[in-house]
This record gives sequence, C-alpha cells and structure tokens, in this order.
Amino acid sequence: MPSNTIDRTAKDIVFTVQEYSLFAWRALVNLFTPPRYWPDFLVQADIVGVGSAAIVLLSGFFTGGVLALQSSATLAQFGATAVTGRFVSITMIRELGPVLTGIMVAGRNASSMASELGSMVVTEQIDAMRALGVDPMRKLVTPRIASTIIMLMFLTIVADACGIFGGAAVTVFMNGQDATQYFSEAYEFLHYPDIIQGMVKPLFSGYIIASIGCFYGMRTTGGTEGVGRSTIQAVVTASVLIIFVDFLLTQILLTLFPPL
Amino acid sequence: MIESTLKSVVWSVQEYTIYTWRAVLCLFSPPVYWTDTLVQADTIGAGSALIVALTGFFLGAVLALESDSLLAGFGATGYMGRFVGMTLLIELGPVLTGIIVAGRNASTMASELGSMVVTEQVDAMSSLGVDPVRKLVTPRLVATMVTLPLLTLVADAFGLVGGGWISIVRLNIPWHKYLTDAYATAGWPDVIEGLIKPVVFAFILASDGCFYGMRTTGGAEGVSRSTIQAVVTSSVLILFADFLISRIMIQLFP
Amino acid sequence: MSDASFLSPARCPEPSDGTPPVVCFSNVYISFLGPAVLADLSFTVAPQETRILLGPAGVGKSVLLKLAMGLLRPSHGSIRLLGNEVTAMTEEELFPLRARTGMVFQESALFDSLSVRDNVAYQLIQARVPDEEIDQRVREALRFVELERTFDMFPGDLSGGMKRRVAIARALIRQPELILYDSPTGGLDPVTSTTIIELVMKQRDVYRTPSIMVTHRVQDAFMLCTHRFDTGVGHMVPLPKGETDPNTTFLMLDQGRMIFDGSLHELLHTEDPFVREFLE
Repeated sequence: MPSNTIDRTAKDIVFTVQEYSLFAWRALVNLFTPPRYWPDFLVQADIVGVGSAAIVLLSGFFTGGVLALQSSATLAQFGATAVTGRFVSITMIRELGPVLTGIMVAGRNASSMASELGSMVVTEQIDAMRALGVDPMRKLVTPRIASTIIMLMFLTIVADACGIFGGAAVTVFMNGQDATQYFSEAYEFLHYPDIIQGMVKPLFSGYIIASIGCFYGMRTTGGTEGVGRSTIQAVVTASVLIIFVDFLLTQILLTLFPPL
Repeated sequence: MIESTLKSVVWSVQEYTIYTWRAVLCLFSPPVYWTDTLVQADTIGAGSALIVALTGFFLGAVLALESDSLLAGFGATGYMGRFVGMTLLIELGPVLTGIIVAGRNASTMASELGSMVVTEQVDAMSSLGVDPVRKLVTPRLVATMVTLPLLTLVADAFGLVGGGWISIVRLNIPWHKYLTDAYATAGWPDVIEGLIKPVVFAFILASDGCFYGMRTTGGAEGVSRSTIQAVVTSSVLILFADFLISRIMIQLFP
Repeated sequence: MSDASFLSPARCPEPSDGTPPVVCFSNVYISFLGPAVLADLSFTVAPQETRILLGPAGVGKSVLLKLAMGLLRPSHGSIRLLGNEVTAMTEEELFPLRARTGMVFQESALFDSLSVRDNVAYQLIQARVPDEEIDQRVREALRFVELERTFDMFPGDLSGGMKRRVAIARALIRQPELILYDSPTGGLDPVTSTTIIELVMKQRDVYRTPSIMVTHRVQDAFMLCTHRFDTGVGHMVPLPKGETDPNTTFLMLDQGRMIFDGSLHELLHTEDPFVREFLE
C-alpha cells in the first residue's frame, strides 16, 4: 500500500509540474502575439503596485531597522560599528529586500489572484469567457504576470530604500551615530554586482507570484471551499519557490558577477 | 474622510484587543477544549513542517553564500559559521518561519472561521450554548504558540545544514569548524531571543487569523477578503514585533 | 467497449445537399477518471431547429453543451460545429468559432466585476466597437429580455431570474448562429421560469436561430412545443389544439446514452419504459 501511495503522489507531482510549466510558458508567449489586453495590464499593475506599496514600505522599514540593530550589536564586538551602513545597504539590496518583498507580495497578491480566478472558475465565468470567444489566458493570466514582474521590481526598490532609511533611523536615533557616515558607507560600498543581483531577483519572484497565483486559481475545483484551498496553496507554494529560486539565483549571479 | 478612517482603525484595534484578551482568559477557566487544541497543533505543526524545513534549508544556504562575499569585505571570512548560526537563530529563522506559517495558517484560520461565520455555523454554535471563542479561537492560539517555536527550531536546524552544505561544497570550510563556530558563539540571551520571538509571532498570527475570520461579512467574497487581510496584517505585524523584541533584548542583554 | 464504432470512429458526414447540420455529434465518448459520462452519442441539429435535451440531473447534459463548443474535449468521436471539426482545432482556433455562437450558463456566469452593460457588451468591447454603438446595441438586447432598467446595475444587485435574462441578452447580442441554453429555468420559481421560456420561444420565433436547450422540467419543454410567440401582441399564445411547433424536437439522455431522438408526437407514444416514467 505505501509504495502504491508514493507512486501516485510522485505521479501527481510530476503531472502538476508539467501542467504548470505548460501554463507558465503559454502565458509568457502570449505577450509576444496579439491580441494583448493593455487596459487589463494597467489595472493589474495598479492593484499589485499601488495596492502593495504600503505594506512593502512598512516591512522594508522594520527589516532595515532590525538589520541595523542586530548588525551594530555584532559589529560592536569587533569595534566596527562604523560599517553598519554598508552592512545594511548590501544585505537589504542583495538579499532581504527582494526576498521579503516577494514573500509579502505573494501573501497579498498570489492569494488574491488565486481566489479571484478560482471563484471565476467555480461560477463558470471562465467558461463563459471562452464561450464568448475570449481567451482567459490572454485576458486574465498574461496581464497579471507581466504587470507583477514589472511592479515587483519597483516595489523591491521601494523596500530597499525604506530599509536603508529604517537602518539610518536606528543608527542615528537609537545608537547615536553619525548619519553622514552611515549614508556614505551605505552608498560607497555598493557595486554593480549587488545592484544586478537585487534587480534580477524580483523579476523572477514576480513571475513566480503571478504564475503560481493564476495557476492554482485556474485549476480550482470544488466550489467555494476549493477556492479557499487554492488561495492557501498559492501563497505557500509561491513563498517556498521564491526562497528556492533566490538561492539558485544567488548561486548563479555570484558566479557570473563575483563581488568586488 | 481621514477622521472616519482613523476612527475605524482605532475601533478595530480596540475590538482586536478585547477579543484576544477574551481568548486568552478562556484558557484559565474550564472548559478548555484540549482535543481541539491537539487537532490544531497537528494541522499547524505537522502540516507546516515540510515547507518550514525546505525554506530553512535554502535560507541557510543563501546566508552562507551571501556571508562569504559580505564577510570577505570586512576581512572576516573565518566567521561564516558564526554568521549563519547567529542570523538564523535570533533573526531570520523566527521571522521567515513566522511569515511562512502566517501565509499557510493565518490564512487557513481566517478562511475556516470566515466561512463558518457566513454560513451562520458560528451563530449556531452559540445557540447550542458553546462559546465560539473558547471552542475555536483559544485552541488555535494555544496550539500555534506551542508549535511555532518547534517549527522555528526545525527551520534553524535545517538552515544550519543548508549553510553547512554550501560551506563544504563551495567554500571548503570543514564541517566541524563550521559547526563549532556556529555553536560556540550562541549564548543564552541569543537562545532566549530565538525562542521568545516565535511565541510572540505565533500569538500575532493566530489571533490575527481568527480575528479577521470571526469578523467576516459578505459571503464567499468576504471570506477571501478576510483571508488575504489576515496574511498581510500578520506578516507586517510580525516584522514590527521582531524589531521591538530585538530592541528590548539588546537593551536587556547588551 | 466492444462496439465496433469505438474502434473505427465514424466521422460526421460531409454535407451532400445544400443544408449541412449546424451541430453534428458522431459516436462521442467522454469520461473523467472513471466510467464514461457520455457514451456513443450521435445526433444533429438542423438549421432553424430547436432541440430540447431532457434527462434527470447528473447525466451529462451540461457536458454535452460544453463539448459542442469545444469547452471540453471528447475522449473519442467527432463533433462538427458550423461546418468545422471541433475536435481537430486548437484552443486558439476555437475562439473565433465560439464567438459565432451564444451560450447561456446554468448559474448565468455573469462577470461579477462588470456592470450589466459591460457584461452584455463583452464581445463588442473586445471587438473594439465604438461606445455609442455599444450602448445602442446593449439597450436593444436588454429590451429584448425586457430589462432595460438594469443597464447600469451590477450582477450582485439582480435576482436569479434577472441574471438569467441578462445572460440571454449577452448570448444574443451578436446574433449568434447557434444558441446553447444550459438549464435556463433551473432553480427558478414557476412564474419566472415561464418568463424565461417565453424568451427562448421569442428568440426561436423571431430570429429563427437554431438552439439546444437543456432542461429537466418536462412542463417547460411541452410549453415550448405547444406555444408560439406572437410579435403582434408581444407575448406567447397557444398553438391551435393538436398542433405543435414542427422545428422543436426532443433528445433524451440517460446514464450517458441517448435513449430518445424525435418529435413530441413520437415522445408521447414511445414504448421506452424509462422515457414514460420520466414524463410522468
């Protein structure tokens, strides 16, 4: 019996991965052929970008603050509190900015995409759209993916900036250090490899968030309960994948662009 | 416009406080529903173990990768084990586990309780003489507060392994040196910090999830709204609480 | 599955005379991880014909409609829609074909986030028709279902019967070449049901569009056969006694198989025990 179950689970997983790959690929290819639905693209960009700005701002600020707090405590042991700025800005831009923004936006938008599309599936609105001769992949999925990729990059920049300011607030107001020194450290030691890493990661995270959210939404079955299930699966899968892909990208980018 | 927004924010905070207080008080007077608590502990703990282990592993690996180049900048490459161990223990282990579990369980709680509210099951429960807060909320709160520290330990452990993997494969640091480094520097204050944080985060995510679930209105659409609000609010609150606790701990154990 | 037809699927015949069927199913099978939902299904819909698909709940009536539009794919068999072999077309190729037909879904399937106007105009908006023309054509379609006042409302504000009527307006706006009704009266009270049936009849007698209507209510089916829509007085009137609409015929499904295909007269005089039981 157990081998049978494992067998089936493995098959299920392989099948899901295959389905997802086809889905994500089709959604991306649709970008390069008409018809494209630009108004839907703008609406989604507004929902993802403007809607998530507040939480990204807040979480960026606190993350930067914590980074400054913890690092200055550790760095004090080496008598190197002066480099707090460098530490905060590099960590924020290379690692925590992209990952935390990704996970936050996954919690907010992968879930809402899954629940939105999921309830359209269970109320037959997706079938109705197909019956009216409109491709739901083009009309619903592609705009979501394209706009999330673009907006997540900007959100990450917002988070990075807020994080550096959060670190500055802690360094200046709590640890009583010099702001000029903090910012010059933060700026001076930032190099192109860091920026590239920080900007490439959100492109992938954005793709993951939107494609996973839409994928789980579109394969919803089983009424409202099914919609709830898809929503949660979307958040969990997207978060884990973001961290996994973050690891892969770090590995690749460190090899391609070794830090100066 | 601003006034009404402010009022509704204050009102929500007040409601939230009263309601969490009630949920906590229920623990100290009978009946306490231990069976429900166990069931919840199973859904949260056993259910999230796999994803927490996975994220922990890759998080540790990334930390090792990043720390290599970062520490090289300070001429401190030898401290990699220490960097990975400490960061995992007091900071990223608790925070990421908290946020991942919020994504999985705060949302589940909100959608579960939310659909019970909109289908009037919660009212039915009250009419049968069972206090929904006692029956539904308190067990979830207790179960999360017990299991999240354990899950955090899982994440820490897998993170350590992930970091070790990278340090051996990529950086040629011997396993025993890496581990000794990671252990040796962790003092009691760090361990305390690493265990207090998940308890507080658990409280935040469970109470938030249940709170948004219980105040759901407006049918199926309302349920998905509550679900998403629960995830977002608890994630942001976790980051905020993390900042506060870090600050207090540094004050207490300089 | 020893049927010879299963091994060598018969294709729908190429039209020999001038009037090819609008829809043609030939030896269609479909199953979802289990026993066949529909098995060895063959029938046609001729131009101007209204086919009423009867059968108890859960025998695959909705599946049949979705197959006709290519929303689902058969495991086996051939389906021709408006002269095109649906089973051989890709999803991309199907969209323009589907746009030539209209479908009314069981629970209406109106887009929650769009107003009634945008719902009804959905296809026109996609086709980038100018706004003034859209407004005018939407009002026309809404007048047809007698719901002009809902123009600016949202689906959430409508009752079940009104949603159904808006869905009909949405399906009719581009004057489709075929209309599929999936239980248009399901879950409605008798009075509202009659209004919907009157609309189906109005569409049949005014535009003469071929259609398939799924229903499990025998009284609806009989009403369609024994009444006609009088454009002069603006509502339906009974046909003279003993007469029935010649273009309205019946199909009946049971356990995935077609057990009856014929006119009302034949239906009333069939020997099949299951059909007799269902009618009673």
